[in-house]
Amino acid sequence: MFEVLSNELLAENLHKMVVSAPRVARARKPGQFVMIRLAQGEERIPLTIGDADAEAGTITLFIQAIGASTRRIVDTKAGAFIRDVAGPLGKETHITNWGRVVCVGGGVGTAVLYPLVKALAQAGNQITTIIGGRSSQYIILADELAALSDTLLITTEDASLGTKGFVTGPLAEMLADPLRVPQAVFAVGPVPMMKAVAELTRKQGIETIVSLNPIMIDGTGMCGGCRVQVGSEIKFACVDGPEFDAHLVDFDGLNDRLTSYRKEEAVCRSAAECKIGREVAK
Amino acid sequence: MAIERVRMAELPADERSRNFEEVNLGLSADQALDEARRCLQCKNRACVAGCPVGVSIPEFIDALANDDLPRSVQILRGDNALPAVCGRVCPQETQCEALCVRGIKGEAVAIGFLERYVADWAMHHPDRLLRDQAPAATGKSVAVVGCGPAGLTAAGELARQGHAVTIFEALHDTGGVLRYGIPEFRLPKEIIDQEVAILSDLGVTIECNVIIGKTLTIKELQNEFDAVFIANGAGLPTMLGIAGENLKGVYAANEFLTRVNLMEAGRREDSSTPIIKRREVAVIGGGNTAMDCVRTARRLGAERAMIVYRRSETEMPARVEEIKHAKEEGVEFVMLTAPTAILGTEDGWVSALRCQKMELGPPDDSGRRRPQPLAGSDFDLPAGVVINAVGTSANPLLTGSAPDLDLNKWGNIVINEQGETSIPGVFAGGDIVRGGATVILAMGDGKRAAAAIGDYLKRK
Repeated sequence: MFEVLSNELLAENLHKMVVSAPRVARARKPGQFVMIRLAQGEERIPLTIGDADAEAGTITLFIQAIGASTRRIVDTKAGAFIRDVAGPLGKETHITNWGRVVCVGGGVGTAVLYPLVKALAQAGNQITTIIGGRSSQYIILADELAALSDTLLITTEDASLGTKGFVTGPLAEMLADPLRVPQAVFAVGPVPMMKAVAELTRKQGIETIVSLNPIMIDGTGMCGGCRVQVGSEIKFACVDGPEFDAHLVDFDGLNDRLTSYRKEEAVCRSAAECKIGREVAK
Repeated sequence: MAIERVRMAELPADERSRNFEEVNLGLSADQALDEARRCLQCKNRACVAGCPVGVSIPEFIDALANDDLPRSVQILRGDNALPAVCGRVCPQETQCEALCVRGIKGEAVAIGFLERYVADWAMHHPDRLLRDQAPAATGKSVAVVGCGPAGLTAAGELARQGHAVTIFEALHDTGGVLRYGIPEFRLPKEIIDQEVAILSDLGVTIECNVIIGKTLTIKELQNEFDAVFIANGAGLPTMLGIAGENLKGVYAANEFLTRVNLMEAGRREDSSTPIIKRREVAVIGGGNTAMDCVRTARRLGAERAMIVYRRSETEMPARVEEIKHAKEEGVEFVMLTAPTAILGTEDGWVSALRCQKMELGPPDDSGRRRPQPLAGSDFDLPAGVVINAVGTSANPLLTGSAPDLDLNKWGNIVINEQGETSIPGVFAGGDIVRGGATVILAMGDGKRAAAAIGDYLKRK
């Protein structure tokens, strides 16, 4: 059993939870995730470890409640318990000093981006962070990211905060400017956003890393549900990833596989007392 | 006149193919006694040589024949940590029973049935069991990685030697492949729970949600324990290498079985893990895992549940009983057929399996006749779900974090005759050493390793 130490609402449906998991906290590296299962009978859900405090024995999880299972998770109050937390899983992010780096986050992907930005800053990179959302209430961690970045840019589709438009707007401007063009780009967010970023950086051959969150069951290198086409190979996000070279990822295939349980999700959302649910924790 | 071999009652096929109840119903007391009395009590104990864990077969059967069930249990459990499991899933027909002297002229003694009978009786009569004296504590500790058949067996043996044993399990529940892999209709989960409870009574500690190689390293285990046994099982599915493997509705056997068995998808109204159900399901492969998948698909409502296998039925590695049960339940066997592509709809769902007819040529390295494609024999098998049950490769999570551990070219851990790895004091067994094998071979590894670990700890 893993105690929830705090549970804070950051934005609509987006919670920040600090959970006691001493072994995970000690072993965890940026880029890794945990599998969590709230209680007996609940599904296993992969969640990126947003932050960790090895001394306090805690991990921070950012959870977007978009379906029945994640809603039940975020309803867990401080002092209550999560039955299963297993990790840290996946490979750690390859962190080096590239020089100029752009970090792009969309929606809850911004939370996944946060530990990367932190590690990249510690490695001495000059960081421009671009975060975006539909509207200002979906912009999260802006202060935290601003503190770690040289420049923080915000985009919203309705112009309620920052520049109107998508995260790809400011990125395209930087790519076109010889003085600002980055040596590496990290992008985490909805699949279409990561695809758009990959397309932008492809021509110039700028190293671009994305963190994927496909369907996962065990997360420990067994079931093969998280397979993704990367170049000519089938890769497994839980053991080979979750980060991959964006220029090799088949985003359309990934996006399509994420819709495998759309029918069940719809049943779930329409039912008042939802019991059958499946969401892609994204 | 010789008494005929006992027949075990089964749930009727049309009834059981719609539910997950156990198919084999067990023997009655009278049946068990009569069958036990068929045992000739041979002096040379040929059957024992066929058992990977060396169960004292004539002895436990003799106690049963003399109506001394408590003694029979004591003998059986002394040799086998998971008798109720083995009595259900072991391929006795190719092991102990294949060597039974009764089998030379007639039918072998139903050793597996008797093992199950004695183990089940023990579970229902805890108050009548003989208490073994608790072993003196040695003060030594052993970490066991993985709570599957090899790990559970080793843990039981080591606890009986008096060592303090902790099992680390990556998943949230015990049993490993016994729980996530083998369906309830072959091995009810309560059987696993009870076998695990017996180990807990012996003082074995089980910690779930700990992934060795990730949560803790082998090195950390070495610092904390006097010896380590690695039995973390099989890894990722071997992909077919044909077009369409990423279509929606294509499952690897482990994903399909884990969803249904471990997460209860499709079995419980309120299971929060979903599963794709379709009228036509094609399972590729001919082993026990393929049979488990196809029989599960049938129970989830598939009208056409098909086995697609590139050789013929005689070459199938699955147990004869599984094939028989599958056929009774209406599973179709599409033999001498190899898939060449998985076809999909415009919106990315599986629609059919493109296949090629095969014929059998001369024997290959495995001694089985090599299948060769028949030119111009392509055809499409309509299917809404395709399950790949051709096998798995080594799990890289643990081995990837332990550079001192010698691996073979397939990524499996290399061990010596004592089951010891290239790291002193670290032993290994089961699928992480063998690649995909059976429950009982993994258990045999666990038992041998426990003996070797015992010797090692005495020397240490």
